Amino acid sequence: MKKILSKFGLFSFLLLGLTQISMADSHVEIPAIDSGDTAWMIVATILVIVMAIPGLALFYGGLVRSKNILSVLMQVFITVSLMSILWVLYGYSLAFTDGGNMNAYIGGLGAAFLSGITADSVSGTIPEYVFVTFQLTFAALTPALIVGGFAERIKFSGMLLFLAGWLTLVYLPICHMVWGGGLLSSWGAIDFAGGTVVHINAGVAALVLALCLGPRIGFGKETMAPHSMPLTMVGASLLWAGWFGFNVGSELAADGTASLVMINTQVATAAAVLGWISMEWLKGGKPSMLGGASGAITGLVAITPACAVVGPMGAIILGLVASIIAYWACTNLKAALGYDDSLDVFGIHGVGGIVGAAGLAILMAPGFGGVGYGEGVTMASQLMVQLKTIGFTILWCGVISFVLFKIVDAIIGLRVTAEDERNGLDTTSHGETAYHS
Amino acid sequence: MKLITAVIKPFKLDEVREALSAVGVQGITVTEVKGFGRQKGHTELYRGAEYVIDFLPKVKLEIAVSDKMSTKVIEAISKSALTGKIGDGKIFVMALDEVQRIRTGETGEDAL
Repeated sequence: MKKILSKFGLFSFLLLGLTQISMADSHVEIPAIDSGDTAWMIVATILVIVMAIPGLALFYGGLVRSKNILSVLMQVFITVSLMSILWVLYGYSLAFTDGGNMNAYIGGLGAAFLSGITADSVSGTIPEYVFVTFQLTFAALTPALIVGGFAERIKFSGMLLFLAGWLTLVYLPICHMVWGGGLLSSWGAIDFAGGTVVHINAGVAALVLALCLGPRIGFGKETMAPHSMPLTMVGASLLWAGWFGFNVGSELAADGTASLVMINTQVATAAAVLGWISMEWLKGGKPSMLGGASGAITGLVAITPACAVVGPMGAIILGLVASIIAYWACTNLKAALGYDDSLDVFGIHGVGGIVGAAGLAILMAPGFGGVGYGEGVTMASQLMVQLKTIGFTILWCGVISFVLFKIVDAIIGLRVTAEDERNGLDTTSHGETAYHS
Repeated sequence: MKLITAVIKPFKLDEVREALSAVGVQGITVTEVKGFGRQKGHTELYRGAEYVIDFLPKVKLEIAVSDKMSTKVIEAISKSALTGKIGDGKIFVMALDEVQRIRTGETGEDAL
C-alpha cells in the first residue's frame, strides 16, 4: 500500500513542482485534507480496534479451557494497551520516519513522543494523528496475535516484557522495511495490508515461543477441547467484520482501490470457510464450527497482502488454496512435528500469510483478473521478490524472537509453575474466575 | 420404604416425569450428572486433535416411595425411559430407613 502510495506521492509532488514553476505561483501549497478519506480512516481505525478487542480476545478465549479464558482475554487486552503507549513513545517514529544511515532497516527518533506532530499535520489526504492511530492499531494487534502460541502456560509479566521487546526489535524494523521506505520496499515487495509485517511475523514468533516454552502439561494425552465454541464464533465474526478496517483502511483513502479491497476481503474469506469445512468433510469428519471459523481467519490472513492487486476471482482462488494448506498445517504438519502452538497461530497466520504473500505474485496477473505487474516486472520476478521477502521476514523474526525468549526467560521467566498451570491461569495469575456455577 | 435412584437419558426426562405423576408419585429430585457405562463416550475433533469424551451427560432422579408403590414406580420409569438403544440408563433401589418432612415434623410414610 504505502509503496504504491509513496510512488503516487512522489509523482504528485513532482507534478505540483512543475505546476508551481510554470504558473510562477507565489502561494505556499498546503496539503489538502480530504474529509471523506479522513472520516473513513477514523472508522477504519476503530474497526481494527474491534478486531483485537473483543474480536481476537474472544476468538482465542473460546478456544482455551474454561480455567484459562480470563488469562487469554487479559493477555490480549493488556497487550493492546501496552503497545499503544509504546507506539506513540517511539514506535511510530522508528517505523515511519527517515532513519538516515540505518534507513534500510529502521527509522529515526525524530518523531519520538510524536514531537513535531500537531492537529494540523497532514499525511497524504488525512490528518497525521489519524494515520498515527491507524498504524498504532496494527502495532497493537500483531503482538496480540502471538498470544495464541503460548496460551495456557505463559507467565504474564514475562509475556509483557517479551512482547515489548518484540515490538521494538521485530515489528518496528519489519514495518519500516516494508511500509516505511526501507529495504523490503526497495526490493519491490508487495504487502498491501500486512501479510509479512503482521501475519508471517506473528505466526513465526508464535511458533518460536511454542517450541521454546514446550507443550502444555498433558498435551496429547489429556482433553484440551475448546471450552466455548460460541465465543469463538462471535470472536471470529468480529475479526471478519473488523478486518474491513484493516484491509480497506490500508488504502488510506475512500476510493476505487478501496472498493476492490472490500470485495476481495469478503470473497476470499467466504471461499476459505467453504474450503476448510470441505476438507473436514472430505477427510471423513464432520463440518465443524471451529473449521468454519479457522477457515475465515485463514482467508482473511491470505488476502491481506494481496487485496489491492488481485481481482475477486483471484481472491476466491487464494482463499481456497490458503484454507487447504492451512488445514494441512494445523492437522498433519503440527501432529508430525509435535509442537504445541496452542491456538494454531503459525498454522493459520504464518501459513496463511505465506500463501497470500507468495500467491499474489501469480494471481495479480491480468489473466487472473489482477491489476498486472509494474514496468519491467514479470510474474517470475515478482514471485522471487515475494519469496525473498518471506524468507527475510521468517529469518529476522525467528532469530530475534528466539534470542529475546532466552533473555526474558533468564531475567524473569516465561512459564508459570506446573501447579499454577494445572490450576489454571485465571485464578493463579489474575485472581479471578470466569464462570460461577 | 424405598429410595429409587434412576439414571436416564436427558431428553427422556419429561416423559418419565409424566409417567411418574400418572402412577401417583408426589415428588422427585432431579440432578444433571455425567458418567459412563457400556455406552462409553464419544470422540470430538478440533483442528485434527481428537479427544475422547468419556463422561456423557445424564439425568439422575431420586424418588422416595412406600414399599407398595415401588414396583409401579420402577415399571413406570423403565417403560417411559426406554429407547431400546445402548445408554438408556439404570434404576437402583435401596431400603429407606426414615423420612421426615421438615415443615411438620411428620415421619415415615406420612412424610412421603
